[in-house]
Amino acid sequence: MQDLIIETTALTKSFGPRKAIQGLSFSVQRGETVALLGTNGSGKTTTMRILCGYLPPTGGVASVAGFDVVSHSLDVRKAVGYLPEDVPLYADLTIRDSLRFFGALRKMRGRDMERRIDDVIEQVGLTEYRDVLILKLSKGYRQRAGLAIAILHEPDLLILDEPTVSIDPVQVAEVKELIRSLGTQHTVLLSTHQLSEAADLCSRAVVLSDGQVVADGLISEITKSNSAERRIRVEAKEGSTIVMGQLVGLASVTSTQECAPSLQGINAFTVTGSGPDLLNDIVVALVHAGVVVVSVEEEHPSLESAFLDLARTPKANTVA
Amino acid sequence: MRNVLILARKETYTYYASPMAYVVSAVFLALAGHFLVRGLSTTVPEASVREMLTPLAFAVILWAPVTTMRLLAEEQKMGTLELLMTTPIREWEIVLGKFVALLMMFLGIVVPTFIYVGLLALYGSPDPGPLFSGYLGLMLYGGAAASLGLFTSSLSGNQIIAGATSAVALLFLTLADQAAEVVAGPPATILRSLSLPGHYNDFIAGVVELSDLVYFVTFIGIFLLLATLSLETRRWR
Repeated sequence: MQDLIIETTALTKSFGPRKAIQGLSFSVQRGETVALLGTNGSGKTTTMRILCGYLPPTGGVASVAGFDVVSHSLDVRKAVGYLPEDVPLYADLTIRDSLRFFGALRKMRGRDMERRIDDVIEQVGLTEYRDVLILKLSKGYRQRAGLAIAILHEPDLLILDEPTVSIDPVQVAEVKELIRSLGTQHTVLLSTHQLSEAADLCSRAVVLSDGQVVADGLISEITKSNSAERRIRVEAKEGSTIVMGQLVGLASVTSTQECAPSLQGINAFTVTGSGPDLLNDIVVALVHAGVVVVSVEEEHPSLESAFLDLARTPKANTVA
Repeated sequence: MRNVLILARKETYTYYASPMAYVVSAVFLALAGHFLVRGLSTTVPEASVREMLTPLAFAVILWAPVTTMRLLAEEQKMGTLELLMTTPIREWEIVLGKFVALLMMFLGIVVPTFIYVGLLALYGSPDPGPLFSGYLGLMLYGGAAASLGLFTSSLSGNQIIAGATSAVALLFLTLADQAAEVVAGPPATILRSLSLPGHYNDFIAGVVELSDLVYFVTFIGIFLLLATLSLETRRWR
């Protein structure tokens, strides 16, 4: 039996006439690190707010760690560590005092709490800044402080809303490393519209568009499955007239374009087409014509291109 | 209840970490001193804090909006309310925690005026009854103003709007009994029953009427309840 930590069924949330999410159904297993992908306004933040017990859904059902988000909101909040977008923190408290405050609200106390605070501060790399007022911290350090608050009570589930937004590339790398290490100890659901981040940190993604799930599955499968069209890069010694002349008549090939070669004296082409035999057809045709083929390689579509395709066509495209 | 005290402690700590807290206390103390001296500068001075406590109620109209406007409005604007409300804390605990903190802050400006009570005791024999009831009334007045301010602060993410709304409402409730003088019949009765000073003045006179106690406790209870409902309905808005 699957150990699901998040399960949503036909979840909807409306703000007046505007539907932020509509009929959202997805699940996350314990131990997974899952990306909630989508453009701005696709419903990522609303979904996360519902899952951490902050907003009630308008319809549908959502459960976290086995608790319904509406009827057992307090239990859900105990099970979740949440990092909201833009990391709101009490600027006039030090990092340590913030952690003491949130630790106390989470029923931690005494030496155990102090020990845990020290551990968490060390884990997020803020030992040097533990007694510095949050208002004096850079955005990257505030992000870490927010993460420290989220993981303080060792939650079953970490929900991170755009954890690397608006911080510089060095800090992005540091925060990503931190999230990667947290992923080994917690179930993580993180939202982002930075696709490279999702590919770096998560094995699975749930893609939202206009408040609906348009893809759900392994990132590698999402990138593969979204397009039936395949792209093959061919490098050969012969020029475009010969190569393109051989490929133009193949049934599996749609188009051939010359592109920048990797070596001098070599010509490179991008061949697009479809069907399982595309690669074989190309090689056979070229070799048969006496073309010296230097390399043939399939170009896998990036998550970016798959994501853009999905965002343009908001239709259910669930990858098992 | 533990969450109430945790939140109250954090709010009180944050308030006293700011120099503004001491400026407000100093201004209140100076005003109290001015009112006391004015009250004693009569041909037959009386060893009483009555002349000091009566106008201090008007100072509360300034204190409450300035102090309460940030408590929930700022949390909404800065987004910290989201962080707070995703911890296992109930809405009523948030409201009550902030209210207890406001009472601590109000005590912080009232307690220094005990210096004047000490001076009165040194040079005269103030009657302890009106002294006790007067300060009890002032605390209830401050609590009522704080609860109203907390409610208006829960309505908006804009501190200025929250502060201005509570200032206008407090001004109305403070001047209601004077407005009652110019109207007659049921409107006058309603205005008098709503008036904050109308119920406060009995305490200063040394009379602790049950009706006045009920008025202040009900006033505080209603606005704390409204603030809690406002926070709860925020989730549904």
